[in-house]
Amino acid sequence: MSEPISSGAEWTFELIEEYHAEIANIAEEFKLDTYPNQIELITAEQMLDAYASIGMPIGYSHWSFGKHFIRNEQQYRRGHMGLAYEIVINSNPCIAYLMEENTMMMQALVIAHACFGHNSFFKGNYLFRAWTDAEAIIDYLVFAKRYISDCEERYGIDEVENVLDSCHALQNHGVDRYKRPNPVSMREEKERLKEREAYLQSQVNDLWLKTVPQKEATEEDMTQPNFPEEPQENILYFIEKNAPLLEPWQREVVRIVRKIGQYFYPQRQTQVMNEGWACFWHYHIMNTLYDRGRVTEGFILEFLQSHTNVVAQPEFDSEYFSGINPYALGYAMMTDIKRICVDPDEEDRKWFPDIAGSNWQETLDFAMRNFKDESFVSQFLSPRLIREFKLFSILDDEQLTELEVTSIHNDAGYQHIRQALSNQYNLSMNEPNIQVYNVDTRGDRTLTLRHVPHNEIPLANNREEVLKHLRRLWGFDVKLETLDAEGKVKTTDECAA
Amino acid sequence: MAQLIDRRPNAKNKSTVNRQRFLRRYKKQIKKAISEQISERSITNIDGGESVSIPTRDISEPTFRNDKGGVREGVYPGNKEFAQGDKIKRPLNQGQEKGRRASDTGEGEDEFAFEISKDEYLDMLFDDLELPNLKKNQLRKMTKSKTVRAGFTSDGVPTNINIVRSLRSALSRRVAMGAEPRRVLHELEAELQALDQEVGGDETKRLALQEEIEVLRGRIRKIPFIDTFDLRFNNFVQRPEPTSQAVMFCLMDVSGSMDQETKDIAKRFYILLYLFLTRSYRDVDVVYIRHHTQAKEVDEEEFFYSRETGGTIVSSALEMTRDIIAQRYPPTDWNIYAAQASDGDNWNDDSPVCEQILAKQLLPQLRYFAYVEITKRDHQGLWDHYSRLLESNDNFAMQHIREFEDIYPVFREFFRKQTQ
Repeated sequence: MSEPISSGAEWTFELIEEYHAEIANIAEEFKLDTYPNQIELITAEQMLDAYASIGMPIGYSHWSFGKHFIRNEQQYRRGHMGLAYEIVINSNPCIAYLMEENTMMMQALVIAHACFGHNSFFKGNYLFRAWTDAEAIIDYLVFAKRYISDCEERYGIDEVENVLDSCHALQNHGVDRYKRPNPVSMREEKERLKEREAYLQSQVNDLWLKTVPQKEATEEDMTQPNFPEEPQENILYFIEKNAPLLEPWQREVVRIVRKIGQYFYPQRQTQVMNEGWACFWHYHIMNTLYDRGRVTEGFILEFLQSHTNVVAQPEFDSEYFSGINPYALGYAMMTDIKRICVDPDEEDRKWFPDIAGSNWQETLDFAMRNFKDESFVSQFLSPRLIREFKLFSILDDEQLTELEVTSIHNDAGYQHIRQALSNQYNLSMNEPNIQVYNVDTRGDRTLTLRHVPHNEIPLANNREEVLKHLRRLWGFDVKLETLDAEGKVKTTDECAA
Repeated sequence: MAQLIDRRPNAKNKSTVNRQRFLRRYKKQIKKAISEQISERSITNIDGGESVSIPTRDISEPTFRNDKGGVREGVYPGNKEFAQGDKIKRPLNQGQEKGRRASDTGEGEDEFAFEISKDEYLDMLFDDLELPNLKKNQLRKMTKSKTVRAGFTSDGVPTNINIVRSLRSALSRRVAMGAEPRRVLHELEAELQALDQEVGGDETKRLALQEEIEVLRGRIRKIPFIDTFDLRFNNFVQRPEPTSQAVMFCLMDVSGSMDQETKDIAKRFYILLYLFLTRSYRDVDVVYIRHHTQAKEVDEEEFFYSRETGGTIVSSALEMTRDIIAQRYPPTDWNIYAAQASDGDNWNDDSPVCEQILAKQLLPQLRYFAYVEITKRDHQGLWDHYSRLLESNDNFAMQHIREFEDIYPVFREFFRKQTQ
């Protein structure tokens, strides 16, 4: 048994380094593969700053970040909101912000949670690997900030703000779900910038040149091909490449917003896994520290209290209930996978023949690398957990006056609940499916979007506001057609000049 | 190994730019909120910032979102009594839903409320306003001296001793003065050592050397640790600094016809004027003159709250202003502003006199004279006489206030930026 590293609540830089070294050793024993860490100590106010820019360490200036800042600051000052103990950024080196108010225990917890948990998740998970480039993100943000402030100087704050507003309205529709995007880096961006501006403009011109009416045009009207040939789900990309009236710098701004949206895209799909993974490892690492006598009893008790709060799941009728807590579900599932590997029972062998009894570290590593929330739940949610959480599913059909309990935590319900919960994390079911359907290339250049409702869930009323933004980018009229269940156009929203 | 960085000393206001952007963008709404609040704002609290709220719908960031409705299936934890196939009455979760949203994201609030600082408040309040005729008085700036740091001197009073500098120069003096004896000392010591090692060395020479060494050591010891020569003093000099100063004359009728509400309106107007002046001038003197048939210089409390009765002779206040200017505020040194509030009553024969005093004696000395008439009735003689001044004097202005709500618009009217 060795001596505890520290016994007081106060932290110092030396102690943080000592804890980090100790935790790094343990993490290595557990075979966690991480980016190098960069730990930054910040104040509460700086944490608020970081909140406002959604955790981006460097962001371009925009009023909406100011709005978020003011709102958070108000809530924080009135005591309506606590601040996170840490923020961690998916970059290489992995940047983690620690608040100075934290106790020594919290700092150690945060190091285990963020600097090793989240960090290894960022490095290992397939979505992050495919969608983000940890090497380049900081450089890209620097580039984006500089580019946008240059534009503001050259074209005026209002002009740039208008474009940014419109892009933000469509930021969730700026991702190619099926293509591997190009990683971004600042140097390349700069080199390609000039080239791209010229090229983009020529492409756009090319498209519209063909629209100069020709003699046979009237006869061809009937067979006019659709443009784009296939519906495009990446609206921002479509705008960037095809909007006829955008200036080159405006296209670049569209691109910047799109790229940054893409950077956050994996985070939205891996919340349960990411938090679950980080909680699972901080729990193991902290306990290992305790087992080896490197921390005191007081330390581990303080930790357990904090840990229990984080992974608590209030029941649906509790006043604290606000949906399923991703920390709770994720942590429970990760722990459960370990249990299935180490100590499987009959039920587990039946439900998880592949992993029951296997090496738990390898299995967890595999799960972390190759899934997102949706597939993770549908693959690994065990009947035992469904019973523990007492999960039940409810069908809410607007047409009926009553809700129906479709399944509960019993034999008949496991499969259904697992599927329903998985769907709940499926972005494509939770975000409206809207695609660029057609451009009237021969007529008035109207852009038509199509919305295919999922389960007849309508779009919120502010869609007209979004259409106005789209119109500003497109430069000509835009239309939004909503299809009914048969695939026929049911309603149309229009935004004309 | 992790890199540990202490970011705490960094500038904390990373979001300042974004905050400014936000205020800039919603200037119109914020200004509207401010001008609605100005009539309710507490009179005594003019130093703080202001809490402003603007409609949330104006600042929303729209995105395509799913609405309520349709067919949804949700999974919830904590089943207690439900069995498969149970039907449940749809809970009235509209309100509940809303309440939760509000606390979760703040999105559900109807108003977006936030605080702006005093400076931001004043900026908004006085945006696009300017003091008329400001150019002229910039030529007549008063000079005033200000104490500033100016390096170090070797002479001064003990309170100004700069310890670090003094000790530093003491050290260098000790090094410099001791250098030569120390060098000789080292030579002699080396010589002595060589002599010691020689067998049967010259004893007298040895003694001579030792004595010389003692003398040198003594000399080195005697170099004083600190000397008056070393002392350094922080130096301060008086630098003339151009400043401008202003005096504001508040003139008010306190005759029986002025009720408390009218005085409140006047007071608010004066406060606006005062705040506005403090933005251009660091020191603003305020002179309160109230009058009925006689004028009297009073303090603020008495000015606003004591009641008098009797008739009204406006010229008495104007004369008093003129006299005070002559006695205490020479126009060459002071920027003089005057504002007069009245309900328009005046003894009829006095109004022409007022016009004369203003035109001939007061206006040439003043930067600006603003007359507000606070009344719901028709104008009387004073208004007509004052109106005649408008044409020939560009530093004279008059406005009519009926109600609280008029104060701010009228104030803006007075100080609207002159377009050239």
